[in-house]
Amino acid sequence: MDILNSLVIIPILTVIALLFVKDLAKVRMISAIGMFIELIQSIRLVFMYMEERANGNTAEMVFQKSYQWFESINIQYNVGVDGISVVMILLTGIIIFTGVFASWKVAYLSKEFFISLIVLSTGVFGFFISLDLFTMFLFYEVAVLPMYLLIGIWGTGKKEYSAMKLTLMLMGGSAFLLVGLIGIYMNSAPEGAALTYNILEIAKHSIPIEAQRFFFPLTFVGFGVLGALFPFHTWSPDGHASAPTAVSMLHAGVLMKLGGYGALRVAMYLMPEAANEMAWIFIILTGISVIYGALGAVVQTDLKYINAYSSVSHCGLVLFAVLMVNKTSFNGAILQMLSHGLMTAMFFALIGMIYGRTGTRDIKKLGGLMKVMPFLAVMYVIAGMASLGLPGLSGFVAEMTIFVGAFQHDDIFHRVATIIAVSSIVVTAVYILRVVGKILFGPIVNDEHAKLSDALWHEKVPLIILLIAIAGMGIAPLWISDLILDSLQPIVDKLVIAAN
Amino acid sequence: MDIYNFIIMKHELLLTIATLILLISEIAIDDKKKMIPFAIGIFGLHTLYGFFGNVSGEIFGGMYQNSDLIILMKNILNIGVFIVLLQSSTWLLKDENKSKISEYFILIFATLIGMNFMISSGDFLMFYLGLELATIPMAALVAYNTYDSKSSESALKLIMSAAFSSAVMLFGISLLYGQFGSTYYIDLIGTDMSAPLTVLAFIMFVSGLSFKISLVPFHFWTADVYEGSPTNVTSYLSVISKGAAVFIFSILLFTVFKSLADVWSDMLYILAILTMTIGNLFALRQTNIKRFLAFSSVAQAGFILLGLLGANELGMATVIYFVLIYIFTNLAAFGVVSAIENATSKVEISDYDGLYHTNPNMSLLMMMALFSLAGIPPLAGFFGKFFLFVSAAQNGYFWLILIAVLNVTISLYYYLMVVKAMFINKNENPITRIENNWYTKISFIICLAAMFIIGFYSTIFEYINSISLGL
Repeated sequence: MDILNSLVIIPILTVIALLFVKDLAKVRMISAIGMFIELIQSIRLVFMYMEERANGNTAEMVFQKSYQWFESINIQYNVGVDGISVVMILLTGIIIFTGVFASWKVAYLSKEFFISLIVLSTGVFGFFISLDLFTMFLFYEVAVLPMYLLIGIWGTGKKEYSAMKLTLMLMGGSAFLLVGLIGIYMNSAPEGAALTYNILEIAKHSIPIEAQRFFFPLTFVGFGVLGALFPFHTWSPDGHASAPTAVSMLHAGVLMKLGGYGALRVAMYLMPEAANEMAWIFIILTGISVIYGALGAVVQTDLKYINAYSSVSHCGLVLFAVLMVNKTSFNGAILQMLSHGLMTAMFFALIGMIYGRTGTRDIKKLGGLMKVMPFLAVMYVIAGMASLGLPGLSGFVAEMTIFVGAFQHDDIFHRVATIIAVSSIVVTAVYILRVVGKILFGPIVNDEHAKLSDALWHEKVPLIILLIAIAGMGIAPLWISDLILDSLQPIVDKLVIAAN
Repeated sequence: MDIYNFIIMKHELLLTIATLILLISEIAIDDKKKMIPFAIGIFGLHTLYGFFGNVSGEIFGGMYQNSDLIILMKNILNIGVFIVLLQSSTWLLKDENKSKISEYFILIFATLIGMNFMISSGDFLMFYLGLELATIPMAALVAYNTYDSKSSESALKLIMSAAFSSAVMLFGISLLYGQFGSTYYIDLIGTDMSAPLTVLAFIMFVSGLSFKISLVPFHFWTADVYEGSPTNVTSYLSVISKGAAVFIFSILLFTVFKSLADVWSDMLYILAILTMTIGNLFALRQTNIKRFLAFSSVAQAGFILLGLLGANELGMATVIYFVLIYIFTNLAAFGVVSAIENATSKVEISDYDGLYHTNPNMSLLMMMALFSLAGIPPLAGFFGKFFLFVSAAQNGYFWLILIAVLNVTISLYYYLMVVKAMFINKNENPITRIENNWYTKISFIICLAAMFIIGFYSTIFEYINSISLGL
């Protein structure tokens, strides 16, 4: 079986296997094995991709496979990857695998939980390998809907409200997206030629500017809703706060990246003229996301809310970088997606573990955890440092690249926007250090907490994997940049030509 | 014309024979319970045979016509009716219904003959005949629960609104006849229809037909009748009867009234927006599951119009495809509702709280059906809706599509409310475990399989598309 299809088929097989087992141990085992194979496959994909490039394959997409599906409207099942999707797939592989371990303790309807979680990951993998707008959208929706059940059934707090809000807002976003995609399809070829959903084919043709002006905002907003674009970000704090640990990890870690990835690959790449024309509107909105998210995180007292607002800020930065339209900033956007995905997954995993022990996420009721659970506390500090951009960890590389790229514009508007966005780093430092200082150091607030245990083996596994990934990315960023940069070239070319 | 020409009417003739066999065997069979496997068996054979040995053509001087497309429509309806019959078994076996089991089948077959004639009509009189044959036995079916005053009330409502809509429609037909001197479709096709009187006649005609499809603002009877009828009859009404009306509506629009396309495109544009939006807004507030499904089916009809108003070839195919999917999807939902109603006589959405814990399989099926109705992949409903949007986009109706997809989001809210009831809400006394009989189980399996296969197996859509080009 070829590698790309296996990425979709393995989760489906895992789900089918799960349907036939009953007891908790087997459910965990099958999910863990399935997702382990999936992780191995995504790592293999990276090496296979590098080998393919080293052998001189310069095609825009490699491992391409295309099957005719609905012939009369030219829908194909068309898959292929470039450097960008390869790293996103690797990220997804890591997070879903660690997510399974983070949900080790889910006992209520555990089978259904793992099935929903893995169905969701099928959607994400499928989205990243799709080269056909229809299949891409199909996988996108598959990735979104299981969230309702995952949050509604296994969530905490006002879960029903959050689940409904999240689902409806994301589906509302995909409504815009759907119109945008159909619009792209209708303008995908010159007069008389066969219309197509194939992204590569569409990119060769330029969509008429009038059509772009109508469909670019729809597509960008459609993806932007998932990428927490202001003012459509409000689902994110509630959704993440109510979701069970693994779902928060997967959602903030991977699902929000679908927004950034789609905005770049579909909205910007296929409609470059309108993208250049309208970028300023969205730069303002994403700038607000960045600052507003960071400031929101400062005033929250619930750990998950803090992290959710921080996600709004970081994902806003992804879209911000995407709109800056040059190779450096695009590179930064992809790095930021990876970095934020890993780091936020680690945060949510840690918060889940702390909450599981102490029964509270309120920072006022927590303190001195460093003495009680040193392993978790050290991990928390490292994740925090990555989040505020400490050199040597992933966050620094990503944010640095974005701001260097953004500052390459020499007009006032872009410079001011960049400076404002940069200031979010300071705010990030404030809320991260405040939390670290309050809950990890200082006196133990609640004597009950002194008796709690440190991380168990199934908790250490995901944390250590994520730590290796974060540190690896911080120490050897060029390795990843090399993967990404060549693949960015066609997108950059198209946008730069359109700009002139 | 020789006797072999009658084979063109194979569907109708066989169904008439089946009805007569039932009438006669009713006298011979004492144990009325045996009528159920007997009737279902006969109809199953009829459904199966419907796929083979079909002949296209026309007889009676063009009053009756048949084509690949029309045969496909009849087969689709047959499959739907077959599922309805399977699902009715539990309900028919109840004590109060045992004495009139055969009547149920005979009435259903009679209405189906009417629908077949209606779809195959080549003449407005034939059309009207088929329509009435499909409607009047339907009222008897709605009134089937003779011990229930709501059932009788619904039957009266149905017959009154049907009579009224027929009258309006007939007026339209008579105006058409007044101008063209003929009721044959073939005489009207391609003529100049721009005269105001023709437009008026057309509007009258469409209004009448809109009652059958329950488009807003002609939908007021729907919820009341759906609620009062026995659930299996409701599913028949909302799926088969509506499907047949959509089929003939699309055939007429695309052939006879093709030259009026400018007029009806605008008209359907407005009707589509009204139907989707108002159907959805009413569905939001429902607490009774049958009324809820009634309004959801009103909203679905609005989506169907999206395929029609493009007046392009893809539109015809997508409409048939959507109806095919809609049949399986809605029957799955109604099947669950009727299984629960027969076992516990509970019909409120709040009764479904915690259903997953006692009846996981039925809850999952219901969830799949609702997601498919909402148009969520990987279920077939997604493909159906997407193709409808594409066909509307071919004529550039992007604002309409935007309104439609926003309506999909609204509809998702109320579909999720039912999912929430089944999966999330807690309940002290949930509905107890229900053991369905084999008929019902088979119908569930068919519906579930269809909801996945019709979407992914693209050959089905390609086939529909290839034969609808000839229209």
